[in-house]
Amino acid sequence: MTFRMVARVRGRLDAEFTVAPGETVAILGPNGSGKSTLLAAAAGLVKPDAGSASLGGRVLFERDGGRQDWVPPHRRGVALLAQEALLFPHLSVLDNVAFAPRSAGGAKAKSRETARRWLSDVGALDLAGRRPGQLSGGQAQRVAVARALAADPELLLLDEPMAALDIHAAPHLRRLLKRVLAGRSAVIVTHDVLDALMLADRIVVLEKGRIVEEGPVREVLARPRSAFAAGLAGLNLLSGTVTAEGLLVSGAGAAGGQAVSGTPDGEALAGEPGVAAFPPSAVSVFLERPHGSPRNCLPLVISELEPHAGGIRVRAGELAADITPAASAELGLEPGMQVFFVVKSAEVQVYGA
Amino acid sequence: MNPPLNASQDGGGHGYSGVPRWLYLPAAVGALFVLLPLVAMLAKVNWGQFIPLVTSAASLDALGLSLRTSAASTVLCLVFGVPLAMVLARRPFRGQRLLRAFVLLPLVLPPVVGGIALLYTFGRQGLLGKSLELAGVQIAFSTTAVVLAQAFVALPFLVVSLEGALRSAGNKYEAIAATLGAPPTTVLRRVTLPLVVPGLVSGAVLSFARSLGEFGATLTFAGSLQGVTRTLPLEIYLQRESDADAAVALSLLLVAVAVAVVGLSYRKPARQVAA
Repeated sequence: MTFRMVARVRGRLDAEFTVAPGETVAILGPNGSGKSTLLAAAAGLVKPDAGSASLGGRVLFERDGGRQDWVPPHRRGVALLAQEALLFPHLSVLDNVAFAPRSAGGAKAKSRETARRWLSDVGALDLAGRRPGQLSGGQAQRVAVARALAADPELLLLDEPMAALDIHAAPHLRRLLKRVLAGRSAVIVTHDVLDALMLADRIVVLEKGRIVEEGPVREVLARPRSAFAAGLAGLNLLSGTVTAEGLLVSGAGAAGGQAVSGTPDGEALAGEPGVAAFPPSAVSVFLERPHGSPRNCLPLVISELEPHAGGIRVRAGELAADITPAASAELGLEPGMQVFFVVKSAEVQVYGA
Repeated sequence: MNPPLNASQDGGGHGYSGVPRWLYLPAAVGALFVLLPLVAMLAKVNWGQFIPLVTSAASLDALGLSLRTSAASTVLCLVFGVPLAMVLARRPFRGQRLLRAFVLLPLVLPPVVGGIALLYTFGRQGLLGKSLELAGVQIAFSTTAVVLAQAFVALPFLVVSLEGALRSAGNKYEAIAATLGAPPTTVLRRVTLPLVVPGLVSGAVLSFARSLGEFGATLTFAGSLQGVTRTLPLEIYLQRESDADAAVALSLLLVAVAVAVVGLSYRKPARQVAA
């Protein structure tokens, strides 16, 4: 089933979006970028001002001037798994999972049988007789997964399903989702690059309601084109114009107007917009401009120092350098200091934006 | 003054309460203000005559009528109050605030005014009464009128308490239920109403209690005919003129019924909160 949606919600969302049959798409973006609104529009919980959506050829909504079609949530075949498990507190775990088969008109006994099957599939059959109030967060979310799957949805929407779990429960649920999402059309909103890596085939980056970048997970993380994706991939990203030698950085950022030398890939043509990416670990920090005129030496002011994976991350505007604590102590770094970020040309990837 | 102060520090949990000590004084005065009149009435009861007084034919008629009409009016409040509360709590629409204000009006209206309004609606010359009269239905000064008068004053209690429960329950569960394929009526039956059962019960209890105590609107709209429209409060008022002992005894009976109803069903139900 292909899911296709164009949705405009004033001030919140303006995006066109497709999920191929059996594909899992991860939506990433800063807070307030419209991720949840996109899911709500697909589920039928928010009415977009304009746009249309279809699932496997069925129209879900059509709001374009004259045509006003609207399929209510319960007839969409789109299930939603939210950040909170939201198990119905007055029903047992078994009846929670049996809720969708019952709503579809199934007999009580048969629906419970279906529910048992799904509970055992998520490894929660032993919880069947409990009340939702007696479950841990991880258990409740596993039951919620079973409840959503029992609805036999053609599209499964997941809104940060791991966000409310503690660090011990999250990996367990992630493994479960990896198994159940295989071969299903699904959209998962997440903050965590690990979710995208493990669960998704494709990444969509949303900023201020618009899609700023999308592509296969590996490609987006290897060659990010947006600041948000670069942050996810743990890379420094500068954007500007491709030159024969590298990139002329544009914008008013700390490195604006500087020429960066790097290794352009075959496709980046001089004069076209492009980006330069390099890992913070490839950056060395100096107090004085180093001798021997290295190719990339950016004069910057330290904005912050923070611990990072056993070392120190030196932030200067949108750029970061990772150094050892010993090096930091020797240099006597502190916020507000003027320093030089030096990075070898070979470490800088330049590619078209 | 010491016992309540000590109780505040020693009893009930060890957390910070945020209640300044001096607050216990006005609180105690408020509690006494409610309790003292009941004690005063209790002191006036002629215990020797109590049983014969409350089991007289007139008293039993009045008590039976009160219980029956209050039950009927509570059912009426549920049938119309639940949909009203849903409409007010869930979707904003034009004129919603105005509708809410009018639904709540009987809370602040003198009941006698409500009775007059009902008379001009369902009375012989009333707005609907004229047509009903032609159809052979007479409502004013009948037991039906008692039920309507009680429902009129009791409806806001149910609507207010249920609307509050619906709002605090939110509609997250309802949205999830819809994405699981449940049509709106199924969502109402299997999710919305079960979630607000505590609010529904307390609303129904308040409505029943208010119906039980209804006096002004009943007298105006239904009159005071023994066995037909003379409910317990009306009987008490009538007896007060002729037989003060009987009035006090019946008052105590009404207090007992009210305490029993509220005490039995107004207990805080065990809440099940989702993890």
